[in-house]
Amino acid sequence: MALIDILHLFHSFYRYDESGSVSGTKAALKDVTLSIEAGSFVAVLGHNGSGKSTLAKHINALFLPSKGDVKVNGRNTRDAGEVLLIRRDAGMVFQNPDNQMIANVVEEEIAFGPENIGVPTEEIWERVGDALERVGMTAYRMHSPDRLSGGQKQRVAIAGVVAMKPQCIILDEPTAMLDPMGRREVLRTLHELNEKEKITILLITHHMDETIDADRVIVMDDGEVVLDDVPSVVFSHVEELRSRGLDVPVATQLAYELRQKGLELPDGILSEEEFVEAYLKLCK
Amino acid sequence: MFKDITLGQYYPGESVIHKLDPRTKLSGTMLFLISLFINDKFIGLGLAFLFLMTMIKISGVPLRFITRGLKGIFLIVLITVLFSVFYVDSGTLLVEFWVFKIYSGGLANAAFIALRIMLLVIGSSLMTLTTTPTRLTDGLEKGLRFLNVIHFPVHALAMIMSIALRFIPILTQEMNKIMKAQMARGADFEKRGFLRRIRGYVPLLVPLIISAFRRAADLSQAMDARCYHGGKGRTKMKPLRYARRDFIGYLVLFSFLAATIAIRIMPCGC
Ligand SMILES: Nc1ncnc2c1ncn2[C@@H]1O[C@H](COP(=O)(O)OP(=O)(O)O)[C@@H](O)[C@H]1O
Ligand SMILES: [Mg+2]
Repeated sequence: MALIDILHLFHSFYRYDESGSVSGTKAALKDVTLSIEAGSFVAVLGHNGSGKSTLAKHINALFLPSKGDVKVNGRNTRDAGEVLLIRRDAGMVFQNPDNQMIANVVEEEIAFGPENIGVPTEEIWERVGDALERVGMTAYRMHSPDRLSGGQKQRVAIAGVVAMKPQCIILDEPTAMLDPMGRREVLRTLHELNEKEKITILLITHHMDETIDADRVIVMDDGEVVLDDVPSVVFSHVEELRSRGLDVPVATQLAYELRQKGLELPDGILSEEEFVEAYLKLCK
Repeated sequence: MFKDITLGQYYPGESVIHKLDPRTKLSGTMLFLISLFINDKFIGLGLAFLFLMTMIKISGVPLRFITRGLKGIFLIVLITVLFSVFYVDSGTLLVEFWVFKIYSGGLANAAFIALRIMLLVIGSSLMTLTTTPTRLTDGLEKGLRFLNVIHFPVHALAMIMSIALRFIPILTQEMNKIMKAQMARGADFEKRGFLRRIRGYVPLLVPLIISAFRRAADLSQAMDARCYHGGKGRTKMKPLRYARRDFIGYLVLFSFLAATIAIRIMPCGC
């Protein structure tokens, strides 16, 4: 059994007219089947409106399937009695850091989740201290979240989830509102959590370069999963990605264009280093 | 104008006032406000002023930081003062023009009311400046717990309040941003005339309200995602427990109240 099992998931949004009857539907997810293994780092790519956020909210039981099933740790999100356990095991971080903070002090913000699930007071203190350390924000413990940089705010939000001891963290475009430095901070934190704590990471993004270190990249388009493989294989589909409104990492792009011009560069180049290495080999 | 509102902001610190139990501060603020209305003499307000200044001094919050918040209510004070000048016709007649007459008693009355409003605002902002919204919520929730008996949603109300307080600075920042964006496109917020000025704010309020709703939707989802499900079964990182300083606090408060009442009863003309 995988950590997260999604089986033939459909989700439709309905528009209602004044009399309350359905006047329009929008199929946001169409027959998505996925399973996410415990301990993996999975990136989800897709342009705006491809259904990424909708998918994320299903894993957290914020949405319920129109058809199909979502299971976290074997617990079905349709099972109302299990919802709190599902949310504890699969925590979620959202795009806008300001809109997910409840408290005015960093440590109280992090305590919010553990308080909700009834963790005893002494243990909350331990968890908060621990979570702060995990994301490298111990020095800001007593600060107000409003005074932090975007990257720091997101790290606090991540700590808030870490303090609930989740098995999986789902992040819905956590870097979309951050500057390059903030993005790097958040990415580093996520990889550390994945490697040291074995927390499964599901990172939704539309920055290609954030996905090259993932174990697996899932590409979504119009509510469907269209590619699902390791990054080097996914990014070798340059034409397909372009037709779906996505870019590829710069190094991949360059290698692709040079290959079109007849240079014999290999497939699956993702980073600058790999490109330089392959190019030097070619020159010899 | 909006950036000057310090009401509802938190000023981090380590003072005794910061550490007091929020219930003590809530009752303290209530008692202080009551004392302002018990007072009918300048000497009483003087005592309240002294009391408040001492508290501010102990809290370590810079006075300038607090008085900045007064600018926002300056207009209200001014209007009140103008009305109250003409309201009283005791004492000696000082100025007379057309139907207006200003007596010395009127001036004294106006000064009295202005002072009272200032103390009222500063007094209540001291509480929010030294208490995090979370603590304030906790204080309200625990202090008013007895209302649960009549099924009054104490927890929900306290949560709503703390979130409102948390979002005041964020929405204020946003307001300034929208204002600047509109000004960059030629909007004029300094228009002459009350009505035209009010109308000038409409294009500001619409985006602000829409954005507030969007934030509210986001926040409620984020709270759901973090297992929030009301007050049931919820534990606290910082449970409220009265300490020795709280008893001293209550002692000081009641002495202050007793002194205020004594001054009120005191038969003297000052
Ligand atoms: N609350 C909603 N009501 C109606 N339609 C929605 C709602 N949320 C999303 N959608 C639609 O569902 C589709 C998928 O949206 P979303 O999951 O937010 O995509 P993404 O996160 O990839 O940008 C989009 O076409 C969007 O317009
Ligand atoms: Mg989205």
